[in-house]
This record gives sequence, structure tokens and C-alpha cells, in this order.
Amino acid sequence: MEETHENDALPNNRPSTEQDITDELELRSKKYLRGEGADLKGLKDKKLRSQIVAREKLYGQTAIAAAKTEKWIMPSEAGFIVPEGIEKTDTIKQEAITREVDISSLRNQYDITLPEFGPYTLDFTSSGRYMALGGRKGHLAIVDMMNLSLIRDFQVRETVRDVVFLHNELFFAAAQKKYSYIYSREGTELHCLKEHGSVLRLQFLKNHFLLASTNNYGMLLYQDVTMGAIVGKYRTGLGRTNVMQVNPYNAVVSLGHSAGTVTMWKPTSSSHLVKMLCHQGPVTALAFHSNGHIMATAGVDKKIKLWDLRKYEAFQTLPGYANTLEFSQKGLLACGTNSYLQVLRDVSGTQNYSRYMTHSMAKGYQIGKLAFRPYEDVLCIGHSMGYSSILIPGAGEPNFDSWVANPFETPKQRSQKEIKALLDKLPPETIMLDPSKIGTVKHTTKEKLTKKEREEEMEAAIEAVKSKKLKKKTKGRSKAGKIMPKKQDAIANAKRPFLEQKIAEEKNESRKKQKTNEGVDLPKSLQRFAHKKPSS
Amino acid sequence: MKLKVISRSADEFTRERSQDLQRVFHNYDPKLRPQEKAVEYTRALNAVKLDKIFARPFVAAMDGHIDAISCMAKNPSQLKEIFSGSMDGDIRLWDIAARRTICQFPGHRGAVRGLTVSTDGRILVSCGTDSTVRLWNVPVSSFVDPYSSIKQTEPTSVYVWKNAFCAADHQWDGEHFATGGAQVDIWNHNRSQPVNSFVWGSDTVISVRFNPGEPNLLASSASDRSINLYDLRMDSPVRKMIMQTKTNSIAWNPMEPINFTVANEDGYCYSYDSRKLGEAKCVHQDHVSAVLDIDYSPTGREFVTGSYDRSVRIFPYNGGHMREIYHTKRMQRVFCVKFSGDGSYVISGSDDTNLRLWKANASEQLGVILPREKKKHQYHEAIKKRYKHLPEINRIARHKHLPRSIFKAAKLMHIMADSRKRKQERKKAHSAPGSVTTTPLRKRRILKEVE
Repeated sequence: MEETHENDALPNNRPSTEQDITDELELRSKKYLRGEGADLKGLKDKKLRSQIVAREKLYGQTAIAAAKTEKWIMPSEAGFIVPEGIEKTDTIKQEAITREVDISSLRNQYDITLPEFGPYTLDFTSSGRYMALGGRKGHLAIVDMMNLSLIRDFQVRETVRDVVFLHNELFFAAAQKKYSYIYSREGTELHCLKEHGSVLRLQFLKNHFLLASTNNYGMLLYQDVTMGAIVGKYRTGLGRTNVMQVNPYNAVVSLGHSAGTVTMWKPTSSSHLVKMLCHQGPVTALAFHSNGHIMATAGVDKKIKLWDLRKYEAFQTLPGYANTLEFSQKGLLACGTNSYLQVLRDVSGTQNYSRYMTHSMAKGYQIGKLAFRPYEDVLCIGHSMGYSSILIPGAGEPNFDSWVANPFETPKQRSQKEIKALLDKLPPETIMLDPSKIGTVKHTTKEKLTKKEREEEMEAAIEAVKSKKLKKKTKGRSKAGKIMPKKQDAIANAKRPFLEQKIAEEKNESRKKQKTNEGVDLPKSLQRFAHKKPSS
Repeated sequence: MKLKVISRSADEFTRERSQDLQRVFHNYDPKLRPQEKAVEYTRALNAVKLDKIFARPFVAAMDGHIDAISCMAKNPSQLKEIFSGSMDGDIRLWDIAARRTICQFPGHRGAVRGLTVSTDGRILVSCGTDSTVRLWNVPVSSFVDPYSSIKQTEPTSVYVWKNAFCAADHQWDGEHFATGGAQVDIWNHNRSQPVNSFVWGSDTVISVRFNPGEPNLLASSASDRSINLYDLRMDSPVRKMIMQTKTNSIAWNPMEPINFTVANEDGYCYSYDSRKLGEAKCVHQDHVSAVLDIDYSPTGREFVTGSYDRSVRIFPYNGGHMREIYHTKRMQRVFCVKFSGDGSYVISGSDDTNLRLWKANASEQLGVILPREKKKHQYHEAIKKRYKHLPEINRIARHKHLPRSIFKAAKLMHIMADSRKRKQERKKAHSAPGSVTTTPLRKRRILKEVE
């Protein structure tokens, strides 16, 4: 979050002195340093220190080099709107934008009316080149957005609830009435995913090659699309939901539930990692900022909330409904409800989102899905009467990286990238709340608890055992005389580890005391007899 | 209102003609690469696994001798040539590239025990148990006709002396060479008698080795378990140190010529600073039987050892444990090992009459490597280094497949060492404080140092 706005805060005019240039480079290079350097305080090993210093220096140099590339070599610049006079950006209509932009951008403003098979949902490939379109009544299509040509469209003649691209445009998955299916780009059915059941929402985790789904029974299911193995199948226990979103930063899947809670899941644990109460009433939509720190939720309690995921606190609450939420690459938040959508922006970088642009569709259109097209200033809207596309300046990342996502990819490059991606496929264990923990030292030493804390802990454990209700059993097995010893046993069991620990510690302490006090002149084997010595 | 939206024309971002290279754009923003640390770790893990998959160190076996190979010598002026001498008195010059004998040097009546070549690569000196020192002219290497017959050469001079010889080494800069037998003798190319002799103690000298940095400095080991340092400019030896077991071979570190490493009969190698012989700089353990020969890589960063346990191992110069172990079912006791002149191959000679050629890096790709491949290898090296301390990667990198005999012997040695340690600890616990002290391993095997 901070990083983007540091960039915005950079001086636009040319720096005058060398000092200014170095200052600017330092500011720019901050995001390439990926956090603070190693803490050398208290490091006594001279050799290690010099090695770390050398490495830190190298990191600094690479960051500066990257910052220089960003400043001078990047081919494109981000979009923007600068209002004049009393004009406000949120009053600017799409028609006004039409008059100002170049011809090639005009092609990104259109409405496609497909009244028969509506409401439409859509998904983009990571490069933004291809779009998959799914009509509720069974219409599936793949569109090349570069020249707006239809690659393939076909009818499946049953309900389609969601579509999602797999790792590239050659494959996409569609959640249909009874099962979900994987289709090739040409519309050939490749797989029927029976294990998933009737799926409400699909998400694809790109680095892990996992297809996550949530179905009618409130189950969350992860399937590895390379080998076909089911990696995880978990009952959420919180009812069915069609609000599901992957956090792009750490690949943790979040579900919004009808009780107003949001839960976060990873494929290797059967219980949720985080459960937070976000709304009073059902959660209707969920979105994540690409830096992974900001989550936006909307509920039927007419609130849109923005959460800081480092503290799990809402930092802003806005009034309004939203059926769908979406963050753009540059951090704009689009909220859509009925036939009206608004785009919010964090102008100053102080976690204060305000209205940036608005757009109203024709009356009666129901917005079902909003999706920013990656690497473009374009917002695509799937609604009940087809889909539309509007221009939102400043939404997309202006510069793509050919090795990450290339909109101008050739088939050969695509196939090579597929192989590379498969070689770098991450195991499901790497999904965790803080992915920067990977490759670091795990501190296993527990801090020593004080006596009081330990007692409290023991009491809590005993209370937990006491409050546990025993099953009602027949044939006299639930008599008071039977239950009493059972309960006492359970309490004794709960106490035991604490008492054992206490005894062990006392023993240790007394041994230490002996060592320090008396048995200095004795060999180690005789030190334990030291206290028997007559006191002199 | 001023307004701009991103608009890219395909012409700017794609190549003009099909002969052009594809255009590549970079954006190093970490936000575009989520979970980059996990990706890097997975790559490191894969790189370490690939190393194990591609570990094919054995290149070739060179067959020709009819008895065990007792000694070898590198030709300092020719990368692909190596001399080997065997127990039946046969000396051969090998072309490593073609893996065949170029030339034979017949004449010795008993085992050849010492082989060395002058620094200019023109004169080969050999000595053996038949009490003779022979000087040979090394044939000038030219294009080797693969079908030509093996040449035979006559010695230019034969010096008969009083005792059998066990070792020979040539000075790095100068025309003296040393032989070891009943004493250390210093010879000149043109004289039929030694120009100087050093005696300290009465036992046989097993190995001699000149210092690569200071041409007049010489180290030798004798079967009375001693290691001696001599200076040719002085009449008497300089220093002597006695260990608990005898030293079979000595090698100076070519990059730090004050340090040398000795191959000991107890299966350990000890690195010493020649100025401070009271304590080893490093003890290299892993061999399960006597280490018979040792040779440093020209980089001075690692050395190779050959052992009676039928294995060849490569150690880092400052690490306590091996980096690599080479063994085959057919290889018997290894009597001599050499690093090739460019540090990329290892040659071993063993009891089974074969010379074996190994890669110094087991998983290294041979042949011409494309720049992109090279970059990839470098990247893999870097990430392996970065994540080497992580348990999974460390485990895979450290794993070595050992033959059953070595595995069992190593286990036994481990148990023995453990029990010795336990015994020592108990002894300490039952004695008055301070009366029993444990000497560190680096000092434990040294008996005394004599100036």
C-alpha cells in the first residue's frame, strides 16, 4: 500500500541537483529492497557480519538498478485524470472520456447485448489478453481482447454459475448445474470434475496449480489440476456460500458466510486459519488488494468495509450495497450493485478511500460481476443483459513483464512458459498467512511463563474439562456415582502435565543451586551427595 | 480535464519481421510476483535434487598396466598428460583426452615408487625399490594418431644408489629433485650422486614434497610417524613433529603455500600451518581406513584423497567432512590420486591396475555450455547457497550413497568414537575437577614437536 503512494509522491519535475537524484532513486528503490535489512546489532561473529554486510550491499545495488530501470526504461506510463476548476472526477461521464482519449482506447468502450442467456460472469487470463464469458443459461465463450475477436462460443444447455481460466488461455473451468467441467479453448470438454459436486464458485491458484471450489453443501475443495489429485476437501460448517476469493499475496482462500463472518483457509488444514465477524447479516462480496494487506467486504447491512489484514481491523466503513467488489492492479476498488457502479480510490495513501468514478448502466440491468482487465485501464462488467466495458484511467499497471504475464505472447512463448511454470509449481504446504516466513528460521524456544501465568493456564485447562458435558448414557452408566470418578480422572489428567513440569523445574533448580554452592571441589559424579556433608 | 489511459499499439511491443528477436520487457515490481520466496525455495529444492540426479562422476577407466599402480605424476606443462608407475616397474605416459598410453618407459626391475616431472615438463625422474634413479626425456606431445603403436623410450641416465627409494619430488623452480628412502637425498640433473642428504632419525622416508611457493622448502614424512621440514639452504632439518600414526603422503596448498595437509594412517587428514605445528588447523574425517595419497586442486580450495577403504573423496580445504565420495564395485585400494591441472578432473590409480578418471564436480555438465545454460547453472548455484541451511535442502545435499562395507565401517567407527567419548566423560566425572582434561581433536594425535 505504502509503496504505490510513495511512487505517486515522487516529484514529477526533473530533479535539479545530484542530491535530488539520489534521494529520488532511494525512494524508488525502497520497494525492491523487500523490507528492512538484517539487524547486525549484537552480532559478534566478525566473519558472518562482513558476509552479511557484503550481501546487504549487493541487495542495495540491485534495488538501485531496478529503480533506475523503472525510471528510465519502462515503456508506458500510468493513466490519470486531472480535473480542472470545480470539476470532480466522480461526475465525469464515460461520454466525456470518449471525447478525450485516442482511437485505439475507444475500442475498449462498448456494450454487448446478449439478452437471452444473461446474467454473465467473466474472467481474464493473467495477461489480460483473453476473456472467458459464462452466461447463466449455458452460454460459454472465449474472446481475444486484443482484436476483440471471438475465439469460440458454445452452448452447454444448463446453468453455468462460474467460469475461471486455468494457468493459460488454453484451458478454462466452468461450474455447471450438476458438475464442473474443464474445457479446452476450442470448447472440447476435457474433464468432468465430479468430486466437486455442484459448484457455486471456482478459483484458480496460479502458482500452485490448484483449482479451489465451494459447493452446494458448503464444502471447500482443492484439486491439483496437473495430476488430478484432490489436495483438500473440507466441510466449512458455516453453510453454503457463493462468496469466495483468493488472496493473491499468499494464496489463502477466503469465504464470506451468511452469518456475516469471513473465514480464511489453506489446503493443508481442515479448520480455518482465521474467522472474523465482518457484517451483521450475510456477506455479499469480497475482494483483496494485490499487496495482500487490504480486504474489502460488503454485506446486506448496507456497509462496505475495508480491513487491514495485518491487524484484522476495519479501517474504513462506507455506506452502500455491493453485489460484487474488485480491486484493480493499482489499488482502485470497484463496487457494483443493481445497475450502478462506483470506483473508489485511496488518494493520499493514508488508507482513506473516496469516490473516484461512477457509472450507471441502463435501468434494469443487474450487475453480476466486475473485473478489471490486467495491464489496461479497463473495467469489464458482466450483467443481466450481456457485458460492457468502460474506461477507468489509472486502474491498470502500465508496464508488463514478459516473463510474468505478456499480453503479446506468441504460442511458442506460451508453451515454454507453461513448462517453466510447471517446474516452479509450489507444493500446497507453501500456502500460509505470511508467505515471507518461508526460508526463515523458526523460533521454537518458548518464552518462560511466570508462576502466575502458569497457574492461570492450569486453571483454564481444568475449567475446560469441567465444563465439558458427558454424554447421557443408558443402563445406569450415567449415575452420579459413575460420573463423579470419571470427571475427577479427567481433571487429574488435565493437571498432570503442569504438575510434572513444575516438579521437573524444581528439581533442576535445586541441582543448579548445589552446583553453585557446595560441590565445587567434588567430581561431578559426587556432587549430588554434597548436601550430606556435615556443615562446617 | 486532462486525461490519459494506457494504450499500447501492437507494433511497439512485437517484432517487426519474423527474423527479429522477440521483444522482452521487464518490470521488477515485487507485486507482480506473489509468493516469490516460496517459488525461489522450490527452485532451490529442485536444483538440489537435479544435482543428485545428474551426479555421474565416473568418466573412464584406463587399462594397460599389469600390476597395481603405485604412483602418478602430472606433467606441469601438458594438461592432458599423466605418468603412472606400477609395482612391476612399468612406467606409462597417458593421454587423458584419448584415454590411451602414448609412451612406455621400461627399465625398472622392481616397483616404481617415485615419479616426478621437472617444471618445464621435459625431464621425468623415476625411482624405485631397485635402488636406481632414472632420468627420461619426455617425448614432445604432438597430434596423437589413434592407431599409432605405443612408443618405447630409453632413459637418458641411470644412477644406482645404496638404498631403495620410496618417493620423489621435483623442485618447483630450479633443477634439484628430492628422493626419499633411508634418508632424504637432494639430486641435481647432471650429477650421478646426491648433492645433499638429510638424516633425522633412522627410519625410512615415505614421502617428500617441495613447497610450491618457496622452492628450497621441503616436507617429508617417515615411517617413525614423523613429519619433517627441511630447507635446502641449511645443513640440518628445520622442524619435526611426531604424530601417533604415520603419515602416508603430504600435499602443500598451492594457493596458501604456508599450509599443508597430510594423509594419515588413522584415516584422518590433518591440515597444518607450517609455522605452527603444535595444532592442526583442521581435521578432515570421513575415511574409514588409512588414507594413502592426497593432492590439492590448483585452486587450493579442495583436495582429493585416495584410501585403503577403496574410495576416493574430495574435501574442502577448511571443512571437516567430505564434499564428495567416488567408488565403484571394481575399484580396489586406491594408492594414488591426482587433481588434473585445470582442477576439473580427478585421476585415481588403484590396486586393480586401472587408472580412473572422475569429474571433480559430480553433476557438472561436460562439453560446450551455451550462455543461457551457464546462466541457469549459476542461478542454481546461487539459490542453493542461499537456502543451504534449510533442513530439507541440507538433507538432500548431504546425502551420499556409500557401499555397504564403508557404510558399516563408518557406523562402527562412529560407535567407537561415541564410546570413547562416553568413557572420557565418565572418567572426568569421577576424577577431581581439573585433573582430567580433554585435548581437542586438533591436538590429540600429535605426540610432540621438535625444533
